[in-house]
Amino acid sequence: MAIDKNVVGYVAHLARIELETKELEKLSEQLKDILKFIDNLNRIDTAKINPTSHILPVSNVLREDKERESLPAGKAQENAPQRKGDFFVVPKIID
Amino acid sequence: MELYTLTAHELTDFLNNGKVTAADIQESLRKRIASVDPKVKAYPRRSVPLKSRESVSAGNSGILEGIPVSVKDNICTLGHNTECCSRILAGFKPPYDATVIRKIKEAGGVILEEKSNMDEFAFGSSTENSCFGPTHNPWGLDTVAGGSSGGSAAAVAADEAIVALGSDTGGSIRQPAAFCGVVGLKPTYGRVSRYGLIAFASSLDQIGPLAKDVRDAALLLKVISGHDPYDSTSVDTQVPDYVKSLGKDIKGMRVAIPKEYFVEGLDPEIKKVVQEALEKIKSLGARTEMVSLPHTAYAVPVYYIIATAEASSNLARFDGVQYGLRVKAEEGVSQAMIEMYKKTRGRGFGEEAKRRILLGTFALSHGYYDAYYLKALKVRTLIKEDFDAVFKDFDCIITPTSPTAAFKIGEKIEDPLKMYLSDIYTISANLAGVPAISLPCGFTKEGLPVGLQILARPFAEEQLLGLAYAYEQSTSWHLEKPKL
Repeated sequence: MAIDKNVVGYVAHLARIELETKELEKLSEQLKDILKFIDNLNRIDTAKINPTSHILPVSNVLREDKERESLPAGKAQENAPQRKGDFFVVPKIID
Repeated sequence: MELYTLTAHELTDFLNNGKVTAADIQESLRKRIASVDPKVKAYPRRSVPLKSRESVSAGNSGILEGIPVSVKDNICTLGHNTECCSRILAGFKPPYDATVIRKIKEAGGVILEEKSNMDEFAFGSSTENSCFGPTHNPWGLDTVAGGSSGGSAAAVAADEAIVALGSDTGGSIRQPAAFCGVVGLKPTYGRVSRYGLIAFASSLDQIGPLAKDVRDAALLLKVISGHDPYDSTSVDTQVPDYVKSLGKDIKGMRVAIPKEYFVEGLDPEIKKVVQEALEKIKSLGARTEMVSLPHTAYAVPVYYIIATAEASSNLARFDGVQYGLRVKAEEGVSQAMIEMYKKTRGRGFGEEAKRRILLGTFALSHGYYDAYYLKALKVRTLIKEDFDAVFKDFDCIITPTSPTAAFKIGEKIEDPLKMYLSDIYTISANLAGVPAISLPCGFTKEGLPVGLQILARPFAEEQLLGLAYAYEQSTSWHLEKPKL
Protein backbone atom coordinates (compact mmCIF):
# COMPACT_ATOMS: atom_id res chain seq x y z
CA MET A 1 0.00 0.00 0.00
CA ALA A 2 1.39 3.38 -0.97
CA ILE A 3 2.12 6.02 1.60
CA ASP A 4 3.18 9.48 0.50
CA LYS A 5 3.60 12.97 1.87
CA ASN A 6 -0.12 13.67 1.69
CA VAL A 7 -1.04 10.57 3.67
CA VAL A 8 1.67 11.24 6.26
CA GLY A 9 0.53 14.85 6.54
CA TYR A 10 -3.04 13.71 7.13
CA VAL A 11 -1.96 11.08 9.69
CA ALA A 12 0.12 13.75 11.48
CA HIS A 13 -3.01 15.88 11.66
CA LEU A 14 -4.95 12.93 13.13
CA ALA A 15 -2.15 12.36 15.65
CA ARG A 16 -2.05 16.10 16.44
CA ILE A 17 1.64 16.49 15.63
CA GLU A 18 2.96 19.57 13.86
CA LEU A 19 5.72 18.66 11.40
CA GLU A 20 8.10 20.95 9.59
CA THR A 21 8.29 20.48 5.83
CA LYS A 22 11.71 18.83 5.98
CA GLU A 23 10.59 16.54 8.76
CA LEU A 24 7.51 15.54 6.78
CA GLU A 25 9.63 14.66 3.75
CA LYS A 26 12.12 12.61 5.72
CA LEU A 27 9.46 10.76 7.72
CA SER A 28 7.47 10.00 4.56
CA GLU A 29 10.47 8.32 2.94
CA GLN A 30 11.28 6.33 6.07
CA LEU A 31 7.69 5.24 6.62
CA LYS A 32 7.49 4.13 3.00
CA ASP A 33 10.50 1.81 3.56
CA ILE A 34 9.14 0.52 6.85
CA LEU A 35 5.73 -0.25 5.37
CA LYS A 36 7.34 -2.01 2.43
CA PHE A 37 9.08 -4.25 4.92
CA ILE A 38 5.87 -4.78 6.88
CA ASP A 39 4.10 -5.81 3.67
CA ASN A 40 6.04 -9.09 3.97
CA LEU A 41 3.19 -10.15 6.22
CA ASN A 42 1.02 -10.51 3.13
CA ARG A 43 2.94 -13.67 2.26
CA ILE A 44 1.01 -15.43 5.01
CA ASP A 45 -2.55 -16.56 4.47
CA THR A 46 -4.39 -15.53 7.63
CA ALA A 47 -7.96 -16.00 6.37
CA LYS A 48 -8.71 -18.68 8.95
CA ILE A 49 -6.60 -17.34 11.82
CA ASN A 50 -8.09 -15.61 14.87
CA PRO A 51 -6.43 -12.39 15.99
CA THR A 52 -4.57 -12.20 19.33
CA SER A 53 -4.92 -8.81 20.95
CA HIS A 54 -4.05 -10.02 24.42
CA ILE A 55 -1.86 -12.96 25.29
CA LEU A 56 -3.49 -14.11 28.54
CA PRO A 57 -6.78 -15.96 28.75
CA VAL A 58 -8.13 -13.21 31.03
CA SER A 59 -11.28 -11.26 30.38
CA ASN A 60 -13.68 -9.08 32.34
CA VAL A 61 -11.68 -8.56 35.51
CA LEU A 62 -14.26 -7.40 38.05
CA ARG A 63 -14.04 -6.14 41.57
CA GLU A 64 -16.56 -5.15 44.20
CA ASP A 65 -18.03 -1.74 43.58
CA LYS A 66 -16.81 -0.28 46.86
CA GLU A 67 -15.67 3.21 47.59
CA ARG A 68 -11.98 3.46 48.42
CA GLU A 69 -9.33 6.08 48.82
CA SER A 70 -7.82 7.59 45.71
CA LEU A 71 -5.50 10.41 44.79
CA PRO A 72 -7.07 13.79 45.71
CA ALA A 73 -7.82 15.91 42.62
CA GLY A 74 -5.41 18.67 43.62
CA LYS A 75 -2.58 16.18 44.03
CA ALA A 76 -3.32 14.58 40.67
CA GLN A 77 -3.20 18.00 39.01
CA GLU A 78 0.08 19.16 40.51
CA ASN A 79 1.95 18.58 37.25
CA ALA A 80 -0.43 20.56 35.04
CA PRO A 81 1.24 23.35 33.06
CA GLN A 82 -1.72 25.61 33.87
CA ARG A 83 -4.48 25.15 36.42
CA LYS A 84 -7.03 27.10 38.38
CA GLY A 85 -8.41 25.53 41.55
CA ASP A 86 -9.32 21.97 40.71
CA PHE A 87 -9.45 22.64 36.97
CA PHE A 88 -7.03 22.35 34.07
CA VAL A 89 -6.83 25.59 32.09
CA VAL A 90 -6.92 25.14 28.30
CA PRO A 91 -7.25 27.54 25.35
CA LYS A 92 -10.76 28.76 24.61
CA ILE A 93 -12.70 26.14 22.63
CA ILE A 94 -16.02 27.95 21.96
CA ASP A 95 -16.10 31.55 20.73
CA MET B 1 37.62 -4.34 47.71
CA GLU B 2 35.09 -1.67 46.90
CA LEU B 3 31.48 -2.14 48.00
CA TYR B 4 30.10 -0.91 44.68
CA THR B 5 31.62 -3.94 42.91
CA LEU B 6 29.49 -6.38 44.91
CA THR B 7 26.12 -7.97 44.22
CA ALA B 8 23.00 -7.46 46.33
CA HIS B 9 23.30 -10.93 47.87
CA GLU B 10 26.96 -10.35 48.78
CA LEU B 11 26.14 -6.96 50.31
CA THR B 12 23.27 -8.51 52.26
CA ASP B 13 25.74 -10.95 53.84
CA PHE B 14 28.01 -8.04 54.82
CA LEU B 15 25.09 -6.07 56.22
CA ASN B 16 23.88 -9.05 58.22
CA ASN B 17 27.36 -9.62 59.66
CA GLY B 18 27.47 -5.98 60.69
CA LYS B 19 30.61 -5.42 58.59
CA VAL B 20 29.08 -2.52 56.68
CA THR B 21 26.08 -0.22 56.94
CA ALA B 22 23.56 0.83 54.31
CA ALA B 23 25.11 4.30 54.43
CA ASP B 24 28.55 2.83 53.57
CA ILE B 25 27.07 1.18 50.49
CA GLN B 26 25.38 4.37 49.35
CA GLU B 27 28.53 6.41 49.85
CA SER B 28 30.59 3.88 47.89
CA LEU B 29 28.08 3.89 45.04
CA ARG B 30 27.86 7.69 45.04
CA LYS B 31 31.63 7.97 44.66
CA ARG B 32 31.68 5.42 41.89
CA ILE B 33 28.97 7.27 39.96
CA ALA B 34 30.75 10.60 40.39
CA SER B 35 33.94 9.01 39.10
CA VAL B 36 32.77 7.07 36.02
CA ASP B 37 29.39 8.45 34.99
CA PRO B 38 30.86 11.44 33.15
CA LYS B 39 32.11 8.78 30.69
CA VAL B 40 29.22 6.30 30.76
CA LYS B 41 26.25 8.70 31.16
CA ALA B 42 23.93 6.11 32.64
CA TYR B 43 22.28 8.77 34.80
CA PRO B 44 21.57 11.51 32.31
CA ARG B 45 20.56 14.42 34.54
CA ARG B 46 24.01 14.44 36.13
CA SER B 47 22.68 16.13 39.21
CA VAL B 48 25.31 14.39 41.32
CA PRO B 49 25.53 14.23 44.34
CA LEU B 50 23.20 11.37 44.01
CA LYS B 51 20.72 11.08 46.79
CA SER B 52 19.10 7.88 47.88
CA ARG B 53 15.89 7.62 49.76
CA GLU B 54 15.77 6.22 53.26
CA SER B 55 14.39 2.72 53.29
CA VAL B 56 10.93 2.51 54.81
CA SER B 57 10.62 -1.08 55.97
CA ALA B 58 9.92 -1.80 59.58
CA GLY B 59 12.78 -3.59 61.30
CA ASN B 60 15.51 -5.32 59.38
CA SER B 61 13.49 -8.12 57.90
CA GLY B 62 13.30 -6.94 54.28
CA ILE B 63 15.18 -9.11 51.81
CA LEU B 64 16.53 -6.01 50.05
CA GLU B 65 17.32 -4.16 53.28
CA GLY B 66 19.81 -1.39 52.57
CA ILE B 67 20.34 -2.36 48.92
CA PRO B 68 20.29 0.55 46.44
CA VAL B 69 18.09 -0.03 43.40
CA SER B 70 18.43 2.04 40.21
CA VAL B 71 15.27 2.73 38.25
CA LYS B 72 14.58 3.41 34.58
CA ASP B 73 13.15 6.84 33.81
CA ASN B 74 9.73 5.44 32.80
CA ILE B 75 8.85 3.94 36.20
CA CYS B 76 7.06 6.36 38.53
CA THR B 77 8.81 7.29 41.76
CA LEU B 78 6.88 9.56 44.09
CA GLY B 79 8.04 13.16 43.90
CA HIS B 80 11.09 12.53 41.70
CA ASN B 81 11.55 13.37 38.05
CA THR B 82 10.19 10.60 35.81
CA GLU B 83 10.35 11.93 32.29
CA CYS B 84 10.84 8.94 29.96
CA CYS B 85 13.85 10.95 28.76
CA SER B 86 11.43 13.07 26.71
CA ARG B 87 11.06 16.82 26.42
CA ILE B 88 7.30 16.41 26.52
CA LEU B 89 7.43 15.12 30.10
CA ALA B 90 9.97 17.68 31.31
CA GLY B 91 9.63 18.26 35.02
CA PHE B 92 7.08 15.51 35.64
CA LYS B 93 7.12 14.43 39.28
CA PRO B 94 4.72 11.52 39.85
CA PRO B 95 2.25 11.91 42.72
CA TYR B 96 2.55 8.18 43.48
CA ASP B 97 4.97 5.24 43.44
CA ALA B 98 4.69 2.45 40.88
CA THR B 99 3.71 -0.87 42.49
CA VAL B 100 7.21 -2.30 41.88
CA ILE B 101 8.73 0.69 43.70
CA ARG B 102 6.36 0.23 46.65
CA LYS B 103 7.30 -3.45 46.82
CA ILE B 104 11.03 -2.69 46.73
CA LYS B 105 10.64 -0.14 49.52
CA GLU B 106 8.64 -2.61 51.58
CA ALA B 107 11.48 -5.12 51.14
CA GLY B 108 13.89 -2.51 52.53
CA GLY B 109 15.42 -1.49 49.21
CA VAL B 110 16.70 2.04 48.72
CA ILE B 111 15.43 3.71 45.54
CA LEU B 112 17.92 5.99 43.81
CA GLU B 113 16.32 9.35 43.09
CA GLU B 114 18.39 9.83 39.97
CA LYS B 115 16.73 7.78 37.22
CA SER B 116 18.60 5.86 34.54
CA ASN B 117 18.79 6.81 30.87
CA MET B 118 16.59 5.31 28.16
CA ASP B 119 15.38 5.83 24.62
CA GLU B 120 12.55 8.33 24.70
CA PHE B 121 9.41 6.46 25.83
CA ALA B 122 11.44 3.22 25.39
CA PHE B 123 11.40 3.72 21.60
CA GLY B 124 14.75 2.37 20.48
CA SER B 125 17.50 -0.19 20.72
CA SER B 126 20.48 2.00 21.53
CA THR B 127 19.50 4.71 24.09
CA GLU B 128 20.46 7.24 21.43
CA ASN B 129 16.87 8.48 21.34
CA SER B 130 17.11 9.99 24.83
CA CYS B 131 16.51 13.74 24.94
CA PHE B 132 19.56 13.85 27.23
CA GLY B 133 21.87 12.14 24.72
CA PRO B 134 23.18 8.57 24.56
CA THR B 135 24.59 6.31 27.25
CA HIS B 136 28.02 4.87 26.43
CA ASN B 137 28.75 1.16 26.69
CA PRO B 138 31.24 0.60 29.53
CA TRP B 139 32.96 -2.11 27.42
CA GLY B 140 33.61 0.26 24.53
CA LEU B 141 32.75 3.89 25.10
CA ASP B 142 32.21 4.59 21.39
CA THR B 143 29.58 1.83 21.20
CA VAL B 144 25.95 1.93 22.29
CA ALA B 145 24.72 0.45 25.56
CA GLY B 146 21.72 -1.05 23.76
CA GLY B 147 18.21 -0.02 24.49
CA SER B 148 15.88 1.00 25.54
CA SER B 149 17.00 0.27 29.13
CA GLY B 150 20.57 1.24 28.22
CA GLY B 151 21.09 3.40 31.30
CA SER B 152 20.11 0.62 33.70
CA ALA B 153 22.25 -1.97 31.88
CA ALA B 154 25.32 0.28 31.61
CA ALA B 155 24.96 1.33 35.26
CA VAL B 156 25.01 -2.31 36.41
CA ALA B 157 27.93 -3.15 34.09
CA ALA B 158 29.98 -0.15 35.25
CA ASP B 159 29.27 -0.85 38.93
CA GLU B 160 27.24 2.36 39.09
CA ALA B 161 24.29 0.31 40.30
CA ILE B 162 23.95 -2.78 42.46
CA VAL B 163 20.75 -3.89 40.75
CA ALA B 164 18.38 -2.01 38.47
CA LEU B 165 14.89 -2.05 37.02
CA GLY B 166 14.21 -1.83 33.31
CA SER B 167 11.20 -2.39 31.10
CA ASP B 168 10.97 -4.72 28.12
CA THR B 169 8.47 -4.32 25.26
CA GLY B 170 10.48 -5.95 22.46
CA GLY B 171 13.83 -6.70 24.11
CA SER B 172 14.53 -3.49 25.99
CA ILE B 173 15.90 -5.30 29.05
CA ARG B 174 17.59 -8.27 27.35
CA GLN B 175 19.33 -6.57 24.43
CA PRO B 176 21.08 -3.89 26.55
CA ALA B 177 21.90 -6.61 29.11
CA ALA B 178 23.59 -8.57 26.31
CA PHE B 179 25.44 -5.51 24.98
CA CYS B 180 26.67 -4.55 28.46
CA GLY B 181 27.51 -8.06 29.72
CA VAL B 182 24.96 -8.25 32.54
CA VAL B 183 21.90 -10.36 33.37
CA GLY B 184 18.49 -9.07 32.27
CA LEU B 185 15.13 -10.76 32.67
CA LYS B 186 11.77 -10.10 31.06
CA PRO B 187 9.12 -11.83 33.14
CA THR B 188 6.01 -13.55 31.76
CA TYR B 189 3.40 -10.99 30.70
CA GLY B 190 1.23 -10.53 33.80
CA ARG B 191 3.88 -11.66 36.31
CA VAL B 192 4.80 -8.12 37.39
CA SER B 193 2.39 -5.21 37.84
CA ARG B 194 2.62 -2.45 35.23
CA TYR B 195 0.95 0.08 37.53
CA GLY B 196 3.14 3.16 37.44
CA LEU B 197 5.07 2.09 34.34
CA ILE B 198 4.47 4.83 31.78
CA ALA B 199 2.84 2.78 29.03
CA PHE B 200 4.43 2.14 25.64
CA ALA B 201 2.59 -0.96 24.35
CA SER B 202 0.24 -2.29 27.00
CA SER B 203 -0.08 -5.83 25.64
CA LEU B 204 3.71 -6.28 25.53
CA ASP B 205 5.30 -4.20 28.34
CA GLN B 206 6.82 -5.86 31.40
CA ILE B 207 9.10 -4.49 34.11
CA GLY B 208 12.07 -6.68 35.02
CA PRO B 209 15.47 -6.82 36.75
CA LEU B 210 18.98 -6.09 35.47
CA ALA B 211 21.69 -7.53 37.68
CA LYS B 212 25.31 -8.60 37.98
CA ASP B 213 24.38 -12.25 38.32
CA VAL B 214 21.44 -14.64 38.08
CA ARG B 215 20.95 -14.82 41.84
CA ASP B 216 20.38 -11.06 42.08
CA ALA B 217 17.97 -11.18 39.14
CA ALA B 218 16.01 -13.92 40.94
CA LEU B 219 16.03 -11.88 44.14
CA LEU B 220 14.68 -8.73 42.54
CA LEU B 221 12.13 -10.69 40.51
CA LYS B 222 10.85 -12.27 43.70
CA VAL B 223 10.35 -8.83 45.25
CA ILE B 224 8.50 -7.23 42.33
CA SER B 225 6.30 -10.15 41.21
CA GLY B 226 2.70 -10.76 42.10
CA HIS B 227 -0.88 -9.76 41.53
CA ASP B 228 -1.85 -6.11 41.88
CA PRO B 229 -5.45 -4.89 41.98
CA TYR B 230 -4.23 -1.72 40.22
CA ASP B 231 -3.19 -3.72 37.13
CA SER B 232 -6.01 -5.94 35.90
CA THR B 233 -3.60 -7.73 33.54
CA SER B 234 -1.40 -8.88 36.42
CA VAL B 235 -2.10 -12.52 37.15
CA ASP B 236 -3.23 -13.89 40.47
CA THR B 237 -0.97 -16.93 40.76
CA GLN B 238 1.46 -17.78 43.51
CA VAL B 239 4.96 -16.29 43.32
CA PRO B 240 7.56 -19.05 43.80
CA ASP B 241 10.71 -18.36 45.79
CA TYR B 242 12.92 -17.77 42.76
CA VAL B 243 16.09 -17.65 44.84
CA LYS B 244 15.44 -21.04 46.44
CA SER B 245 14.88 -22.59 43.02
CA LEU B 246 18.49 -21.90 42.01
CA GLY B 247 21.05 -24.68 42.14
CA LYS B 248 18.77 -27.50 41.03
CA ASP B 249 20.27 -30.12 38.78
CA ILE B 250 19.56 -29.49 35.11
CA LYS B 251 20.31 -33.07 34.02
CA GLY B 252 17.78 -34.24 31.49
CA MET B 253 16.35 -30.77 30.91
CA ARG B 254 15.02 -30.59 27.36
CA VAL B 255 16.41 -27.57 25.49
CA ALA B 256 15.23 -26.51 22.03
CA ILE B 257 17.50 -24.66 19.60
CA PRO B 258 15.41 -22.88 16.94
CA LYS B 259 17.17 -23.11 13.58
CA GLU B 260 15.69 -19.78 12.39
CA TYR B 261 17.89 -17.95 14.91
CA PHE B 262 21.12 -19.26 13.41
CA VAL B 263 20.70 -18.19 9.78
CA GLU B 264 21.99 -15.29 7.71
CA GLY B 265 22.18 -12.05 9.65
CA LEU B 266 23.76 -13.65 12.70
CA ASP B 267 27.32 -12.41 13.16
CA PRO B 268 29.62 -15.49 12.82
CA GLU B 269 31.51 -14.46 15.94
CA ILE B 270 28.30 -14.39 17.98
CA LYS B 271 27.32 -17.74 16.50
CA LYS B 272 30.59 -19.31 17.59
CA VAL B 273 30.35 -17.96 21.15
CA VAL B 274 26.73 -19.11 21.50
CA GLN B 275 27.56 -22.56 20.12
CA GLU B 276 30.30 -22.91 22.72
CA ALA B 277 27.78 -21.99 25.39
CA LEU B 278 25.42 -24.65 24.07
CA GLU B 279 28.21 -27.25 24.29
CA LYS B 280 28.74 -26.22 27.90
CA ILE B 281 25.05 -26.58 28.65
CA LYS B 282 25.07 -30.05 27.07
CA SER B 283 28.03 -31.03 29.20
CA LEU B 284 25.96 -30.09 32.26
CA GLY B 285 23.46 -32.78 31.32
CA ALA B 286 20.80 -30.89 29.34
CA ARG B 287 19.51 -32.49 26.15
CA THR B 288 19.51 -30.14 23.19
CA GLU B 289 17.69 -30.55 19.91
CA MET B 290 17.15 -28.39 16.82
CA VAL B 291 13.57 -27.22 16.34
CA SER B 292 11.70 -24.79 14.11
CA LEU B 293 9.81 -21.62 15.02
CA PRO B 294 8.60 -21.10 11.47
CA HIS B 295 7.14 -17.60 11.84
CA THR B 296 10.27 -16.07 13.37
CA ALA B 297 10.94 -13.83 10.36
CA TYR B 298 7.55 -12.16 10.80
CA ALA B 299 8.06 -11.12 14.41
CA VAL B 300 9.65 -7.75 13.57
CA PRO B 301 6.93 -6.56 11.15
CA VAL B 302 4.17 -7.79 13.48
CA TYR B 303 5.79 -6.01 16.38
CA TYR B 304 6.20 -2.69 14.59
CA ILE B 305 2.50 -2.62 13.82
CA ILE B 306 1.16 -3.78 17.19
CA ALA B 307 3.63 -1.87 19.35
CA THR B 308 3.26 1.39 17.41
CA ALA B 309 -0.53 1.09 17.27
CA GLU B 310 -0.69 0.69 21.03
CA ALA B 311 1.89 3.44 21.52
CA SER B 312 -0.01 5.91 19.33
CA SER B 313 -3.01 5.40 21.56
CA ASN B 314 -1.09 5.44 24.87
CA LEU B 315 0.81 8.59 23.96
CA ALA B 316 -2.33 10.54 23.13
CA ARG B 317 -2.35 11.63 26.78
CA PHE B 318 0.68 13.88 26.26
CA ASP B 319 -1.18 16.90 25.03
CA GLY B 320 0.02 19.82 27.10
CA VAL B 321 -2.94 19.71 29.48
CA GLN B 322 -2.24 17.33 32.35
CA TYR B 323 1.53 17.32 32.68
CA GLY B 324 4.83 18.26 31.12
CA LEU B 325 5.42 20.66 28.29
CA ARG B 326 2.86 23.06 26.84
CA VAL B 327 3.60 25.11 23.73
CA LYS B 328 1.00 27.83 23.29
CA ALA B 329 -0.83 28.46 20.03
CA GLU B 330 -0.29 31.85 18.42
CA GLU B 331 -2.57 34.66 19.55
CA GLY B 332 -5.91 34.86 17.78
CA VAL B 333 -5.52 31.62 15.82
CA SER B 334 -8.71 29.66 15.20
CA GLN B 335 -8.94 26.23 16.82
CA ALA B 336 -6.44 27.34 19.45
CA MET B 337 -6.84 24.10 21.41
CA ILE B 338 -5.91 21.84 18.48
CA GLU B 339 -3.06 24.18 17.56
CA MET B 340 -1.77 23.94 21.12
CA TYR B 341 -1.88 20.11 20.94
CA LYS B 342 -0.02 20.09 17.64
CA LYS B 343 2.68 22.52 18.69
CA THR B 344 3.19 20.82 22.04
CA ARG B 345 3.49 17.37 20.48
CA GLY B 346 5.51 18.59 17.50
CA ARG B 347 8.02 20.27 19.79
CA GLY B 348 7.88 17.79 22.68
CA PHE B 349 8.37 14.45 20.92
CA GLY B 350 11.68 13.39 19.41
CA GLU B 351 12.07 11.96 15.93
CA GLU B 352 11.62 8.27 16.75
CA ALA B 353 8.56 8.99 18.89
CA LYS B 354 6.99 10.87 15.98
CA ARG B 355 7.85 8.07 13.57
CA ARG B 356 6.20 5.48 15.78
CA ILE B 357 3.12 7.54 16.60
CA LEU B 358 2.61 8.19 12.89
CA LEU B 359 3.10 4.53 11.96
CA GLY B 360 0.71 3.40 14.69
CA THR B 361 -1.90 6.04 13.84
CA PHE B 362 -1.67 4.98 10.19
CA ALA B 363 -2.09 1.27 11.03
CA LEU B 364 -5.21 2.04 13.05
CA SER B 365 -6.71 4.54 10.65
CA HIS B 366 -9.81 4.00 8.55
CA GLY B 367 -9.06 1.95 5.46
CA TYR B 368 -5.80 0.49 6.75
CA TYR B 369 -6.92 -1.19 9.99
CA ASP B 370 -7.67 -4.59 8.44
CA ALA B 371 -4.64 -4.62 6.17
CA TYR B 372 -2.16 -3.77 8.91
CA TYR B 373 -3.40 -3.93 12.49
CA LEU B 374 -5.75 -6.90 12.18
CA LYS B 375 -3.27 -8.73 9.95
CA ALA B 376 -0.54 -8.27 12.57
CA LEU B 377 -2.81 -9.57 15.35
CA LYS B 378 -3.46 -12.69 13.30
CA VAL B 379 0.21 -13.35 12.63
CA ARG B 380 0.80 -12.81 16.35
CA THR B 381 -1.46 -15.84 16.90
CA LEU B 382 0.78 -17.92 14.61
CA ILE B 383 3.92 -16.80 16.45
CA LYS B 384 2.38 -17.74 19.79
CA GLU B 385 1.33 -21.14 18.40
CA ASP B 386 4.93 -21.77 17.28
CA PHE B 387 6.02 -21.40 20.91
CA ASP B 388 3.12 -23.48 22.27
CA ALA B 389 4.13 -26.31 19.95
CA VAL B 390 7.80 -26.28 20.98
CA PHE B 391 6.98 -26.02 24.69
CA LYS B 392 4.89 -29.21 24.46
CA ASP B 393 8.13 -31.16 24.16
CA PHE B 394 10.77 -28.86 25.62
CA ASP B 395 11.44 -27.03 28.89
CA CYS B 396 13.47 -24.15 27.50
CA ILE B 397 14.54 -22.53 24.24
CA ILE B 398 18.03 -21.12 23.79
CA THR B 399 19.04 -18.47 21.23
CA PRO B 400 21.52 -15.63 20.89
CA THR B 401 20.05 -12.45 22.47
CA SER B 402 21.11 -10.24 19.59
CA PRO B 403 22.51 -10.93 16.10
CA THR B 404 25.51 -8.65 16.76
CA ALA B 405 27.47 -7.25 19.67
CA ALA B 406 27.09 -3.56 20.55
CA PHE B 407 27.30 -1.36 17.46
CA LYS B 408 28.93 2.06 17.19
CA ILE B 409 27.11 5.16 18.40
CA GLY B 410 25.60 6.81 15.32
CA GLU B 411 25.89 3.69 13.15
CA LYS B 412 22.16 2.93 12.81
CA ILE B 413 20.44 6.07 14.01
CA GLU B 414 19.68 7.37 10.51
CA ASP B 415 18.29 4.02 9.33
CA PRO B 416 15.28 3.12 11.48
CA LEU B 417 14.60 -0.17 9.72
CA LYS B 418 18.14 -1.39 10.37
CA MET B 419 17.73 -0.39 14.01
CA TYR B 420 14.41 -2.27 14.24
CA LEU B 421 16.07 -5.44 12.93
CA SER B 422 18.51 -5.46 15.83
CA ASP B 423 15.57 -6.66 17.98
CA ILE B 424 14.94 -9.69 15.79
CA TYR B 425 15.72 -12.32 18.46
CA THR B 426 14.02 -10.67 21.41
CA ILE B 427 10.65 -9.51 20.05
CA SER B 428 8.97 -12.93 19.82
CA ALA B 429 9.04 -13.42 23.60
CA ASN B 430 6.93 -10.29 24.05
CA LEU B 431 4.50 -11.24 21.29
CA ALA B 432 4.08 -14.72 22.83
CA GLY B 433 4.10 -13.38 26.40
CA VAL B 434 6.75 -15.87 27.54
CA PRO B 435 9.56 -15.14 30.02
CA ALA B 436 13.11 -14.72 28.75
CA ILE B 437 16.52 -13.97 30.24
CA SER B 438 19.79 -12.78 28.75
CA LEU B 439 23.06 -13.63 30.46
CA PRO B 440 26.72 -13.18 29.55
CA CYS B 441 28.26 -16.05 27.57
CA GLY B 442 31.53 -14.64 26.23
CA PHE B 443 33.14 -11.83 24.28
CA THR B 444 33.92 -10.89 20.71
CA LYS B 445 37.51 -10.43 19.57
CA GLU B 446 37.07 -6.71 20.15
CA GLY B 447 36.19 -7.41 23.76
CA LEU B 448 32.46 -6.71 23.56
CA PRO B 449 30.08 -8.92 25.56
CA VAL B 450 27.81 -11.54 23.97
CA GLY B 451 24.44 -12.51 25.47
CA LEU B 452 22.75 -15.90 25.64
CA GLN B 453 18.95 -15.85 25.67
CA ILE B 454 16.87 -18.51 27.42
CA LEU B 455 13.08 -18.63 27.07
CA ALA B 456 10.58 -20.76 28.95
CA ARG B 457 6.83 -21.42 29.18
CA PRO B 458 4.59 -18.74 30.67
CA PHE B 459 5.18 -18.50 34.44
CA ALA B 460 8.11 -20.96 34.28
CA GLU B 461 10.67 -18.39 35.42
CA GLU B 462 12.01 -20.97 37.88
CA GLN B 463 13.16 -23.24 35.06
CA LEU B 464 14.64 -20.38 33.15
CA LEU B 465 16.56 -19.14 36.18
CA GLY B 466 17.62 -22.68 37.08
CA LEU B 467 19.21 -23.27 33.70
CA ALA B 468 20.74 -19.79 33.59
CA TYR B 469 22.23 -20.25 37.05
CA ALA B 470 23.68 -23.67 36.26
CA TYR B 471 25.38 -22.25 33.17
CA GLU B 472 26.56 -19.10 34.92
CA GLN B 473 28.08 -21.03 37.83
CA SER B 474 30.04 -23.24 35.44
CA THR B 475 31.58 -20.20 33.71
CA SER B 476 33.16 -16.94 34.84
CA TRP B 477 31.81 -14.50 32.23
CA HIS B 478 29.66 -12.71 34.80
CA LEU B 479 32.74 -11.91 36.89
CA GLU B 480 34.47 -9.93 34.13
CA LYS B 481 34.49 -6.16 34.61
CA PRO B 482 35.05 -3.41 32.05
CA LYS B 483 38.09 -1.18 32.51
CA LEU B 484 36.94 2.37 33.09
